[in-house]
Amino acid sequence: MTQREEGVEDTLLQVIKAERKCLVPYITGGFNGYLESISAAAEAGADAIEIGIPFSDPVMDGPTIQEANDLVLSAGVSPLQIIDEVASLDVDIPLAVMTYYNVVYRFGLERFAYNLNEARISGIILPDLPLVEAGPWVDAAASHGREAILLAAPTTTDIHLKKICNESRGFVYAVGLLGTTGARKELADSAKIIARRCKELTKKPVLVGVGIGNPDQAMEVAEVSDGCIVGSAIVQKLLDGGGPEAVGKLVSEFRSALDNS
Amino acid sequence: MAMMDPTGDGRFGNFGGMFVPETLIPACQELEKAFREAWGSAGFREELSALLKDYAGRPSPITICERLSEELGYRILLKREDLNHTGSHKINNVLGQALLAKRMGKTRLVAETGAGQHGVATATAAALFGMDCVVYMGEVDIERQKLNVFRMHLLGADVRPALSGSRTLKDAINEAMRDWVATVEDSHYCLGSAMGPHPYPWMVREFHRVIGIEAYSQCQELLGGNPDVVTACVGGGSNALGIFSGFVDTDSELIGVEPAGGAAVDRGIPGVVHGSLSYLLQDEWGQVLEAESISAGLDYPGIGPEHAHLAETGRARYEKVNDKEVVDAFQLLARTEGIIPALEPAHALAWMSRERGYLSGKNVLLNLSGRGDKDAIQMMEVIG
Repeated sequence: MTQREEGVEDTLLQVIKAERKCLVPYITGGFNGYLESISAAAEAGADAIEIGIPFSDPVMDGPTIQEANDLVLSAGVSPLQIIDEVASLDVDIPLAVMTYYNVVYRFGLERFAYNLNEARISGIILPDLPLVEAGPWVDAAASHGREAILLAAPTTTDIHLKKICNESRGFVYAVGLLGTTGARKELADSAKIIARRCKELTKKPVLVGVGIGNPDQAMEVAEVSDGCIVGSAIVQKLLDGGGPEAVGKLVSEFRSALDNS
Repeated sequence: MAMMDPTGDGRFGNFGGMFVPETLIPACQELEKAFREAWGSAGFREELSALLKDYAGRPSPITICERLSEELGYRILLKREDLNHTGSHKINNVLGQALLAKRMGKTRLVAETGAGQHGVATATAAALFGMDCVVYMGEVDIERQKLNVFRMHLLGADVRPALSGSRTLKDAINEAMRDWVATVEDSHYCLGSAMGPHPYPWMVREFHRVIGIEAYSQCQELLGGNPDVVTACVGGGSNALGIFSGFVDTDSELIGVEPAGGAAVDRGIPGVVHGSLSYLLQDEWGQVLEAESISAGLDYPGIGPEHAHLAETGRARYEKVNDKEVVDAFQLLARTEGIIPALEPAHALAWMSRERGYLSGKNVLLNLSGRGDKDAIQMMEVIG
């Protein structure tokens, strides 16, 4: 069995305390070679890893993650299979899953949280579960010691942002732009603005995700945040057939950029 | 006479809610506020009523079907939403939402469409108000509804294919939501059915309530009372809620008819997709299943949350019919009454045709939600 005793939040706070920036790569669960890719990303210096559990109707995801999703779904991989496989993974940095609310709802909120606990998966991100509907899930996650990571959007009002920063566990996921996941040519202005707004409200780690596609953008956003989540750029490597090696290489590029920022 | 209003958190009983990415929460809340204000304002109501009358052609008549009644053995009344401008009930909702969008300072309408009726209606309203319009339509539906695609182009809309998943209505909604996530500041999502996140299920039903209000008074005049049965087809369920709302407080039996391949009430399990909790066709892992229906407009694995509530409380009953029964009903109405129905309301008619024993001697009101011109090419191939 693996270690992974520490949660996402404690681990990231240690990174921040050491005056480094946090790097959380996203890897599509169930994709051919994903377990090896998770290990490769961990070895290349990721501080935590977000594992996607594919859903049939991913409204927050752009074309890259959708494509990887569809491949996994058509191969008939189930959410439980991904959780079980991840459970046996020998990686000692904390893990989080990202999926959509219906997967959790169908599973049963308590049962899902219980299974994640058994699998030593600490964090959960549900991009279609906003604060106003998150109550039951936040409670279920907490009762099994899981970290319900909430998202803050550029459009989020000050009142909601304060609550999101209070309620979120693990870190605050600051959505960098108005739009779905996917690499963009330039870092959106909104990325820094939302990161600053969150930082003013909380001592928890604030990581920016959505629209962080290359090491330069990661460096730029790290000026005002505690780090970033990199999804589509990594998934693209998997789609291109690069496998764990390409994933590891890209993660180490992000790592050095963040370490030099 | 009124349907219930949703609770503050957008629930109809156990169903509904606002399950959208955080990005869209302020937009949904702003929309709810704007709708509440507009709907309470005499000025807005008058402006919308004038549009419905002078532009869309309301009120729509009720036709008593002499020959069909004789053939089926009971009295059949049709609420003629097919006679509205653009050919279906969809225009009621779209004019309401476009007017509201204008009031909110939005300059662009985003919509999804299945059969193309809602897309055409949205493109029409956008042209009328001088707004930009983007309509997402599943690639499969673009193929089977070429005529409506052409109509939308003619009306100045940008029709974009949804290429993922089943490439039908469900996927068009995903694309429309993704668009809205990126354009929420200047765009209004003109959702076409009584589904989605709060306030849509409520707002869309309110904009269609005019169907039920008219039908109720027309029935008092024509029948001297209420029909025994009120029936309508249900995909998301907007036309059905429109007509049901006129009779929910009466003794009339309310029957929604779903396609057998997309019978969310019959085969669905509560689940969350496209913004609300409702009955949903899904597998054991919560993956949404693809509906299958001859009618692009009903090809949807879910159902509006208020229908889930009406089903759960037993106030309305939901039946299903198969494609063959629908094709027969489509021809039956054309042959007996000289009215070519859209494939969607032909579902309700198919149920009526099958249940002639049960319905014998009753007065049955069918909401004829749209006309069948759009289906002519497809039916030419099916019927031969």
